[in-house]
Amino acid sequence: MKLLVCIKQVPDMESKFKIDADGVWYDRSDLAWRMNEYDEFAVEQAVQVKEATGADLTVLCIGPEQVKETMKKALAMGCDRGVHIADDQSHRRDPYQIASLIAAFAGDKGFDLIFTGMQSQDRGSGQVGVMAAELLGLPAVTTIVGFALAGDKITVKRELEGGVKATVEATLPALVTCQLGLNTPRYPTLPNIMKAKKKELLAVAAADLSPADALLQTVKLTFPEKKGGGVFLEGDVGEVADRLIRILKEKTSVLA
Amino acid sequence: MKMLLVAEYRQKKLLESYTELLAFAGQFGADCAMFLVGDGAAELPKFAGKLYLADVATFGEYNPDAHKRLLLDVVAQEQPEMIVLSHSSYGWDLAPRLAAGLKAAQVSEVVAVDDGRLVVPACNAKLRRTVSGTGAVTVATLQAGAFSLAEAAAGSPEVIAVTGEGQGRVALLGYEAAEHGGVDLTKSEVIVSAGRGVGKPDNIPLVANLAKALGGEYGASRPVVDAQWVEHNRQVGTTGLTVAPKLYVACGISGAVQHLAGMKKSEFVVAINTDRDAPIGDVADVFAVADLKQLLPVLTEKLQAL
Ligand SMILES: Cc1cc2nc3c(=O)[nH]c(=O)nc-3n(C[C@H](O)[C@H](O)[C@H](O)COP(=O)(O)OP(=O)(O)OC[C@H]3O[C@@H](n4cnc5c(N)ncnc54)[C@H](O)[C@@H]3O)c2cc1C
Repeated sequence: MKLLVCIKQVPDMESKFKIDADGVWYDRSDLAWRMNEYDEFAVEQAVQVKEATGADLTVLCIGPEQVKETMKKALAMGCDRGVHIADDQSHRRDPYQIASLIAAFAGDKGFDLIFTGMQSQDRGSGQVGVMAAELLGLPAVTTIVGFALAGDKITVKRELEGGVKATVEATLPALVTCQLGLNTPRYPTLPNIMKAKKKELLAVAAADLSPADALLQTVKLTFPEKKGGGVFLEGDVGEVADRLIRILKEKTSVLA
Repeated sequence: MKMLLVAEYRQKKLLESYTELLAFAGQFGADCAMFLVGDGAAELPKFAGKLYLADVATFGEYNPDAHKRLLLDVVAQEQPEMIVLSHSSYGWDLAPRLAAGLKAAQVSEVVAVDDGRLVVPACNAKLRRTVSGTGAVTVATLQAGAFSLAEAAAGSPEVIAVTGEGQGRVALLGYEAAEHGGVDLTKSEVIVSAGRGVGKPDNIPLVANLAKALGGEYGASRPVVDAQWVEHNRQVGTTGLTVAPKLYVACGISGAVQHLAGMKKSEFVVAINTDRDAPIGDVADVFAVADLKQLLPVLTEKLQAL
């Protein structure tokens, strides 16, 4: 069995964002980068399937040179090899273009199961996985919080609103998009980090995979208007606590 | 502008969210048709226009292959410039299938319309992107609650029955109800919630003790529940509880839209966060820029001494 997991490198969401010179994306300098949170669950699930079945697991990531750092984490978590689709323009591509790159790479590889995160933390479009499946002609199930594989069938739980879940079945080959809480992503151990350094990391140029034309254009990136009205309390915690208690006494009835 | 609105039917009920699609279409003064896989004998959307209705008994509540095919047929007939769905577990699953099938741009989680262009959040709502599709048709999903009708929806639709191939490669086997039982947070007047900023399970008592000192209960954001530091019946947000206490204290919670959806109706909101720019600031009446590990014990002690 052959498995593929697709991951993205994103900035830490606690970063102070700046808008880049073109005004259509955030400035990529001076940011701390990490694996997209949703993808950690995808990698973990793929590694669990690999461990249970002896399947071969490839991790794919699209982006500039720096994404290799994030790929190393996936390799240290247990992926067998990495495929880096080298693309300095990946942050400017729309989800359809990204999906077209994944589909172009995966098209003739015969993957039985493809895992992606349900969305990225920066763009949050939630489109890439499903679009890649459509381009590859595979069934796809989104937002999974439970996964079981038996023979060539997967039984997954989809998370719906309000904590309701739907149990859904599909036959391989298939693609699933992973939601938070699907499993407990492992921390790479030191020996596995060392081993990961020796794993194969292939590079493919994005241009060689002929990405589709963009369908979506970003006109501008802006900061939302601060809804405001809120009072900021800063400084010594004792004073902050006193001021907060005073406000609660004035503005609410909970301390009455 | 011509729009096709996709209503939803789940667990044998029409979802109210179709009214949000109507509110959005209203902003464009659009000429609308609606699509629903539902039950013609049950409640139908209150809408005076064409309703393309496929029978849920044949096409199922979740059968993306079949729903996609049905919709593509309707799109071919109606030739809408925009196809609009809710950004829900149904909508975000179906929309990219339509977009890929039509080779159309998809715009996810629209929060506003700016000069006819669509605005979506980025980076946990710290940024906003204004986008536009480059082709003849665009598929859009709307953030839950972002658009609402000023007046109740009215009218009855002209039903056009649609049918086609019912088969799909993904089969819905059944539903599982949300876990309930134990504490009922929705009854509490004060809720103090723990977010990922608590850092480790050992810090949950800091939050629980503050809740107790304020005479309330403690809740949590999703990552804290996923990590099993707190039980699911205390999770606030779209996939947990919707609460509206007199006081909500968010400790180490960034304020993701799915969390805000569960607590933004609270009467008074206090945020305790080290990141001044955290989007929880949008709903906070008071924002204490502080490390919760330092502030919570001091605050709790002072409250106990009152
Ligand atoms: C379909 C779907 C459904 C979802 N449903 C829900 C839901 O029901 N409920 C929910 O909560 N989420 C839900 N989420 C997840 C949501 O998108 C966010 O990932 C989640 O709310 C983030 O939780 P958080 O704010 O605790 O963590 P983070 O976003 O990681 O934020 C942690 C915050 O803590 C602050 N912090 C760090 N250290 C400290 C410190 N020492 N002192 C003070 N502050 C500190 C940081 O500045 C940061 O703002 C859902 C997501 C999806 C896609």
